[in-house]
Amino acid sequence: MAGAIWAVTQLEKGEPKGVSYETIAAGQKLAAALGKPLEAIVLGAGARGAAEKVAARKVERVRLVDDARLDPYAPDPYTAALRLAVEAEQPDYVLFPHTYQVRDWVPRLAAALDAGFISDVIDLRADGGEPVFVRQPYQGKLNADCVFAGSGPRLVSFQAGAFLADDAEQGDAAAEIVEQAVDLSGVDVRTQVLDTFQEVENKVDLSRAEVIVAVGRGIGKQENLGLVEELAAALGGQVAASRPVCDNEWLPMDRQIGSSGQTVAPRLYLAVGISGAIQHLVGMKNSGTIVAINKDPNAPIFSVADYGIVGDLFEVLPALTAKVKEIRGA
Amino acid sequence: MKILVCIKQVPERDARLRIAPGGTSVDTSGVATEINESDQYALEAGLRLAEGSGGEVVALLLGPDGAEEAIRRALAMGAARAIHLNDAAFQGGDASATAKALAAAAGAESPDLILTGLQSDDAGWSQTGVLVAERLGWPSATLIMEIEPPADGRIKVKRELESGWFQWITLPLPAVLTIQSGIYPVRYATLKGIMGAKKKEMKKLAPADLGLEPGQVGAAGRRVEVRRLYVPEKTAEAEILQGDAATAAAALVDRLKKEAKVL
Repeated sequence: MAGAIWAVTQLEKGEPKGVSYETIAAGQKLAAALGKPLEAIVLGAGARGAAEKVAARKVERVRLVDDARLDPYAPDPYTAALRLAVEAEQPDYVLFPHTYQVRDWVPRLAAALDAGFISDVIDLRADGGEPVFVRQPYQGKLNADCVFAGSGPRLVSFQAGAFLADDAEQGDAAAEIVEQAVDLSGVDVRTQVLDTFQEVENKVDLSRAEVIVAVGRGIGKQENLGLVEELAAALGGQVAASRPVCDNEWLPMDRQIGSSGQTVAPRLYLAVGISGAIQHLVGMKNSGTIVAINKDPNAPIFSVADYGIVGDLFEVLPALTAKVKEIRGA
Repeated sequence: MKILVCIKQVPERDARLRIAPGGTSVDTSGVATEINESDQYALEAGLRLAEGSGGEVVALLLGPDGAEEAIRRALAMGAARAIHLNDAAFQGGDASATAKALAAAAGAESPDLILTGLQSDDAGWSQTGVLVAERLGWPSATLIMEIEPPADGRIKVKRELESGWFQWITLPLPAVLTIQSGIYPVRYATLKGIMGAKKKEMKKLAPADLGLEPGQVGAAGRRVEVRRLYVPEKTAEAEILQGDAATAAAALVDRLKKEAKVL
């Protein structure tokens, strides 16, 4: 309906991806701030089951665009489908999770609709009725309060973890599911998928680990990883890494934490020699207790840590391992 | 094969940032700059494709006079020539306004392929390349990790997906690709390259040269406005454990056991 807020659900293997509920949580906050209705919209093929799951959350209704051309994902049919739906229903705001997939097609939608698109948002509020969206440019070193200029639909994507899926309220009853008819028969799908694959099997499911010792660029070279492995062993935890360590092939990619790796929230997370670029922080900032060990006192990792040691990891790690072994009586 | 690479000049990664008077932008005077990291990789990918096909790379940049430094670096690395969108009207744009100008300039060149980085290290919208594609009506693919030489009017590329997944896809040319950092090792400019760059063409264009009104680009054409730019408040202050390694380690283990109760 005109004037509504839409939260777009991203599917993964036919199920709503977890971050889609974060988008609904953000949408509920925006809807409350602006006094506008929140609706969810699901795009996919054979997606009624997914729409039913989304309908359990507190939304006015769920719009379902169900079309065989929407599987597998490709930017052309997704752009066409949502553009047609937006033109038909005229929502004021369309919200997305800031995933790789969204980054692949939503800018196309913005250009096609001549809409403003505030991407990678971490928070929102209303100043005197005007919504303000906070993002973190300059690699997270600065905050920017952003507002829309001009008319037309307004697109917003939210950084993973900025809102919590559990905060997306359940509805009193299941929301109605409305079929949103769009005609995609004339859409030319120009990209063609040949093969979708994992380079390494995710042998280690780090999301189940209680304790993680993660290592970054500061470790210097692969030969030094033994220090990290010893600490992880003493704590009964898993070894993980930030992207540069895996790019250098010092550890396999299934150990990578962050936006291009796994997202974890163990009881205890130790970040060793990791500066804390936003791409890493999004993968671990919801951990229970966070410890940072880094030689740079200004490293952003200290801003999410509970405890920090500013110092040379080559001295700190052996001392820490020894102390852990001592109290564990090993 | 003609390849156009869109690059951006950004503050160096470790640069100390000051907020400019007005509180909506960074004061760039005296700040060391570089070519945006993923744009460097886009340039490298473009140069490799051009070398393999006997084609040329054209560098395209929107920015003020000071951005000539980035253009010279791109020319020194091997770009054949450069286009500099440099006019007061271009300044202060968001991703949408910038893409409008880049698309107009790129379209006029009729390249086979447009490459750019997946996102900028300063604004970080991660939109510009894809916006350019839609403005031109061309297909696009993002987060590219590998490119194969084109055949039969199509190009085959490897995309990075989420959670360690990858995908090989093909798309018809002309197309826009946004390049992920790390695709190929980036070459250094040689002394010969640096000397040669001085003789290469650097064309300066204003909105009128692109058939655009000043009101369509830059601050006047933006759809998103930064109301305030500021240093974030530290939400959680970490307790820094002092002393030598052994003392700090002992204090940490004590906190983890008694306070956080995770040991």
